Amino acid sequence: MSADRQTGASRRCDVAILQVKPRKGDYQRNLAGVREVFGQLAADPPDLIVLPEAALSGYFLEGAVYDLARSASAFAADLADAWNKTGATNAVDIASGFYENDSGTYYNSAIYLEVSARGHKIVHVHRKMFLPTYGVFDEERFLSRGRKLGVFKTRFGPMALLICEDVWHSIMPTIAAIKGARCLVVPSAAPGRGVEAHDNDELESLTVWRSLLSNAASEHGVFLFYAGLTGFEGGKGMTGSSCIIDPRGKIVVQAPPLGPCILRAKIDLGEIDVARAGLPLLGDLSAALPDLLLDDELPLPRRTLDVARH
Amino acid sequence: MLPVIEPRPGIDELAPTINASVAVSWLEAFLQDELIERRAIEHAVVGLSGGVDSAVTAYLCARALGPHNVYAIRMPYRTSSPDSLTHAQLVIDALGLKSRTVDISDAVDGYLQFEPEADGRRRGNVMARMRMLVLFDQSTKLHALPVGTGNKTERLLGYFTWHADDSPPVNPLGDLFKTQVWELARYLGVPQPIVQKAPSADLEANQTDEGDLGITYARADAILSQMLLGYNDAQLAERGFGDDEIELVRSRVESTHWKRHLPTTAMLSNTAINEFYLRPVDY
Repeated sequence: MSADRQTGASRRCDVAILQVKPRKGDYQRNLAGVREVFGQLAADPPDLIVLPEAALSGYFLEGAVYDLARSASAFAADLADAWNKTGATNAVDIASGFYENDSGTYYNSAIYLEVSARGHKIVHVHRKMFLPTYGVFDEERFLSRGRKLGVFKTRFGPMALLICEDVWHSIMPTIAAIKGARCLVVPSAAPGRGVEAHDNDELESLTVWRSLLSNAASEHGVFLFYAGLTGFEGGKGMTGSSCIIDPRGKIVVQAPPLGPCILRAKIDLGEIDVARAGLPLLGDLSAALPDLLLDDELPLPRRTLDVARH
Repeated sequence: MLPVIEPRPGIDELAPTINASVAVSWLEAFLQDELIERRAIEHAVVGLSGGVDSAVTAYLCARALGPHNVYAIRMPYRTSSPDSLTHAQLVIDALGLKSRTVDISDAVDGYLQFEPEADGRRRGNVMARMRMLVLFDQSTKLHALPVGTGNKTERLLGYFTWHADDSPPVNPLGDLFKTQVWELARYLGVPQPIVQKAPSADLEANQTDEGDLGITYARADAILSQMLLGYNDAQLAERGFGDDEIELVRSRVESTHWKRHLPTTAMLSNTAINEFYLRPVDY
């Protein structure tokens, strides 16, 4: 593992994305399933394991979210225990989506953990900020929204977690990148739709997703790790298609929409610097962003009174 | 003079299309998940009417479960068109399905003899509900799941018998317009006589769907697909549809919302089922 001379972060990262198909509501069975896959990975341990949104519960829970939500510490302990039971001695980082119960306030969250034989540490918990509540989606009926997009340090450099619709708002990858993120980890649960288009031999929603993710990665010169839930939930098919996208927006590896699998790639994080040197959009944005945000015509709160009104 | 290039959508372009290979793959996976993985049921029961919807459903079930795991049930009434039985048999033979013919005439007439004044609509509803009774009973006997055949067009227009055609617990075609089902039929190789004939509920002699509805499926689907996206009547008229056909379609949709829901239950508590107590169907 080579280290970056400036940041001390590892330059290479062996990423494993677990595209899982949970059984609705059966947390313990789904955890046992993940433990089994961890066992498969332990023979050749990766550096980072990423799981989808709501990975151990299923996504569409309605009121059952209150039955299945866990505290961040309990969820972290479950994942760490699952890894350590494999007997692997290597340290591993794990990111996963889960429904969080924070003393009776519920969130659609994602956690980033460092796990080793000595124990585990919660590096960051991101609470989904954009809760889809339209059409088939009803998240904000049951959940509270997160209020902050954090960028956190890992041994592979600064990262940010964005959950599903978070990444549809282009300002989210933008803010994450401006705050220093070099990798975006995106746990997701995306119900597929759209069978009319003949341009690509796939659901239309998948084409839109790929375009969004590719644009987010290439505009900011970041690696993007997308973990998609798979399997049907009451007629709504989750589109999997987990992928790793490089800082030029190219897909390094991609899973099919249907069926659980492990997606694996060894990436060179040095690609980020090369990509940014060739297309310095992030540097340009850093210079222009203050002008954009300080524009008086933007409907942003500026004084205490305005904050209260918003 | 430079040529001016601009979009000119006509009604044909507004009609729903379908990428059949994508849809078929998705629906196969849906059936496998719903029957085998979620319910641990290997077999499906499909009521084969001789029409295109049930034929496509049978083809999808055969692909998802294997033809030997699909039971085709033909349920003629004494006034049913002989073509219906013949066309259903074409599907059975083409796929190699297990099949059974249950004549519902005696069961239907057993009740209707006490209701001699029943008009065609009532008689048709009794037949449709009797067929569903047979399908559910056969599914219990065969350790199979009844698979529904209703399409999105008839669901939206309310052109079905409540708690009959719509009652099977899974339905692969319910989000596809009739014209899309025809496309799937062609892709799947459903026998030509079934794809080409005028669709009919075959509840009365010489009945056709389009005659009952007063509009062709092609026009209805084009209007419905735009209407569901949120376009109002004026916007639909701008797209080239006639006021009468817009009114016909909208009035059918808006008068049949109740048919697309479970029965209305009086709410008396903070734990009313499906109002406060909310759990997904697969929980």
